[in-house]
Amino acid sequence: MTDLNTLTIADARDKLRAGEVTSVELTESCLTAIESAGKLNAFVHNTPEIALEQAKAADARNGADAPAMNGVPVGIKDLFCTKGVASQAASAILDGFKPEYESTVSGKLFDNGAVMLGKLNMDEFAMGSSNETSTYGNVVNPWKVDDRDLTPGGSSGGSAAAVAADLCLAATGTDTGGSIRQPAAFTGITGIKPTYGRCSRWGIVAFASSLDQAGPMTKDVRDAAIMLEAMCGFDPKDSTSADLAVPNFEAMLTGDIRGKKIGIPKEYRMDGMPADIEKLWADGQDMLKDAGAQIVDISLPHTKYALPAYYVIAPAEASSNLARYDGVRFGRRAKLDAGDGITEMYEKTRAEGFGPEVQRRIMVGTYVLSAGFYDAYFNRARKVRTLIKRDFETVFNDGIDAILTPATPSAAFGLGEDLDPVQMYLNDVFTVTVNLAGLPGISIPTGADAKGLPLGLQLIGRPWEEGELLNSAYALEQAAGFVAKPAKWW
Amino acid sequence: MLDLTYDAPKPKVIAGAKHDWELVIGLEVHAQVATKAKLFSGASTQFGAEPNSNVAFVDAGMPGMLPVINEGCVAQAVKTGLGLKAQINLYSAFDRKNYFYPDLPQGYQISQLYHPIVGEGEVLVEMGPGPHDGTARVVRIERIHLEQDAGKSIHDMDPNMSFVDLNRTGVALMEIVSRPDIRGPEEAAAYVSKLRQIMRYLGTCDGNMQNGNLRADVNVSICRPGAYEKYQETQDFSHLGTRCEIKNMNSLRFIQAAIEYEARRQIAIVEDGGEVVQETRLYDPDKNETRSMRSKEEAHDYRYFPDPDLLPLEIEQAWVDDIAASLPELPDEKKARFIKDFGLSDYDASVLTADTDNASFFEAVAEGRDGKLAANWVINELFGRLKKDDREITDSPVTPDQLGGVIALISKGDISGKIAKDLFEIVYTEGGDPAVIVEERGMKQVTDMGAIEAAVDEIIAANPDQVAKAKENPKLAGWFVGQVMKATGGKANPKAVNELIAKKLAG
Repeated sequence: MTDLNTLTIADARDKLRAGEVTSVELTESCLTAIESAGKLNAFVHNTPEIALEQAKAADARNGADAPAMNGVPVGIKDLFCTKGVASQAASAILDGFKPEYESTVSGKLFDNGAVMLGKLNMDEFAMGSSNETSTYGNVVNPWKVDDRDLTPGGSSGGSAAAVAADLCLAATGTDTGGSIRQPAAFTGITGIKPTYGRCSRWGIVAFASSLDQAGPMTKDVRDAAIMLEAMCGFDPKDSTSADLAVPNFEAMLTGDIRGKKIGIPKEYRMDGMPADIEKLWADGQDMLKDAGAQIVDISLPHTKYALPAYYVIAPAEASSNLARYDGVRFGRRAKLDAGDGITEMYEKTRAEGFGPEVQRRIMVGTYVLSAGFYDAYFNRARKVRTLIKRDFETVFNDGIDAILTPATPSAAFGLGEDLDPVQMYLNDVFTVTVNLAGLPGISIPTGADAKGLPLGLQLIGRPWEEGELLNSAYALEQAAGFVAKPAKWW
Repeated sequence: MLDLTYDAPKPKVIAGAKHDWELVIGLEVHAQVATKAKLFSGASTQFGAEPNSNVAFVDAGMPGMLPVINEGCVAQAVKTGLGLKAQINLYSAFDRKNYFYPDLPQGYQISQLYHPIVGEGEVLVEMGPGPHDGTARVVRIERIHLEQDAGKSIHDMDPNMSFVDLNRTGVALMEIVSRPDIRGPEEAAAYVSKLRQIMRYLGTCDGNMQNGNLRADVNVSICRPGAYEKYQETQDFSHLGTRCEIKNMNSLRFIQAAIEYEARRQIAIVEDGGEVVQETRLYDPDKNETRSMRSKEEAHDYRYFPDPDLLPLEIEQAWVDDIAASLPELPDEKKARFIKDFGLSDYDASVLTADTDNASFFEAVAEGRDGKLAANWVINELFGRLKKDDREITDSPVTPDQLGGVIALISKGDISGKIAKDLFEIVYTEGGDPAVIVEERGMKQVTDMGAIEAAVDEIIAANPDQVAKAKENPKLAGWFVGQVMKATGGKANPKAVNELIAKKLAG
């Protein structure tokens, strides 16, 4: 049997349970695909031995009662600490770091029977929107236009590319300002950022703790529902984890959204928005309306302050979270000259261990927290954050069930375009509000631009209502019928 | 409940070359919370373990590791706050204090800057014997917050390397911040002692200063007489001098010496026309001086911000009430009760309530007996004897029952005070029931008047010359008393002997 790697989780699950395939066959198919996909640079640490061992165990456990992810081969973003396996957040400063512990999310997936194929490339410490800040070098988007190498987006670019190129059935991602949803949109796959607190952050290398959230990156909405259920849940080891029951998300995928109120926020209509995006958004509204939903114009008045607030809060938290990478206990330590003291060790280690984007954010974060600037920057950004949260609360209180926006302001752009940092940050314009408000947001491919590149729409849901959100996304997915796949060139 | 009233001690005055100066002192006391596990991890807090053996992943700042608050530490902080009659804040929050140091693995200390768990309270600081005898200072507490301790850097094990021990990293500390209400070195030491006493009563900190479980940062400034009163009226700090902070003192003696030195240093600067510079200083006990550690300009910018890994700490009033209901009797109350119920002096009551072990030993001895007598015996005989052997009250070879037995024999008139001391020594070294020992060894006081009279008559009859002399000079009667006591092996009731001899000699 060939092309097992192209299966969805749901199909693989059904075939595994029916005994039509084994996990070992599935896993081998993915390992073969990975081997021949070096040009994509999506996988950065392969773990075929672990994968085959887990696959054998899954096959032994197989049966009608086996958990949903049993035997399903997945990729794990390098930001997740995986026991005994290199986990370095795509940073040189974590060279050689192999944790003695397993992140809660990856551990839950393995408990659920998932098979780990390896670790996936990403932007360094999840800071970037093009996957070009990785110490492993950039990922290449499996989608191509005019023979140009495109970015898969970031920071979960390796995860997105690996899923889009069928190197794995699904992958974990993390999303601090759009790092799941933007790459999902750029590669024509589905990615959901759950409500803040839904997935445990324990064992995930921290970028901005109040914004970071793990989520699944999958080939379709059903898979997102299956995988999210396996990943999430209360974890007493994470104080910000929510002690809430996990619903059966897949069972909520009825596709029936009749009577649902979908909000269209006017503030997301940006000047100079590409016509392709305009059209995608309008088409999405039509599809939802045709499915019986009610389209309502809404206002989220503080939207324009979200990006600046995000780029104060996220770097501030990062500057503190990344202080532990000091060369003292793990990872890289710079070679020192005779007479160098502790200060030189810090300076040299951090100067050579962190890439320029990470250094930039540490400096921005340090600045906005420093005496005399705290109120003007950090505190003000926190106030903005409260206002943004309130914007959403207001519309949800008014009866809006979900909000529809574009996922990104453009299709995937070219690699090496050397955008200036602020231009790069604009990629997050539609996604950061969701992180600031702690809401669930999902990106699903619903169309393509004039050149055939996939485009995504974002649905934003009420807190803790991922099931409802997934169902709306499912209805949209059914209506859009986007099934295009990148032509294999790698 | 507290009906003790005291006058405030006079502030310490130091005569400069030109003027008199007063001291203004505020303390930040760091008390290690007595708990088994660290503030945000399950690692042990046991002192003296192998280096780096009590370290959880989160203590070592490993990537992706997260803190989870230890409820026991919160309960201890609340208990301490209640013990200091302080406001308990049902809402508090943790902030990160950012700085780089190898013994601070996360690169930040988790503390409570903006919303501490305990607000304003107060401590009554009685001054011991000495110039301030019988006075007491009420020191206002500004706040208590919970924070993580740092690890230990070791620089003297290798010429080229430093080593780090993370055992102490993340252990819970309570930082108890006072108002600048302390007016002299002795007061500062008495204040730390009182805090230590209260926390030992509460069981919230073992108070071991040698192990560093109780340390103090001392803020010292000087002012001219009268200026402090203006500050008190207005709470305006501009009436006070510029302060310097002396860091990390872990001895009461050093605290006093450092304050004394620092005050004189500041006086010399100001009288010389200079200005005191606000800075952090370190005390060197070998040279008895303070040295600049870092100036205000060099001070770290700690970039405090709310720790996003932790939710605000919200506790219920009912939980606080439960803790309040479980509080033990505190030193002030116990002392007042000892004075009232046992008729003790302020001094004796202070000594006996210095710690709960002393107090409970005394109470067991005094139960149903003469309280004052019990106090004398516990303080003078027992404490003295224990001190001689360098023993603690907790491993006293004499039990409260045994000492109570000795006291009961005195009260009954069965033994004299002198015999009682012999008896105490026997009980201390050999053990046994005092009443039985007295019987078996014939130590019982002779109160049989016939027997005493016989002995007196015998001595008088045998010493006619002495009788003649004594009749002229009644002071010589003491010689007869001594002879009678000797003849009865010290067991005769001395009072009865005295009376009889006086009567016979007069007759």
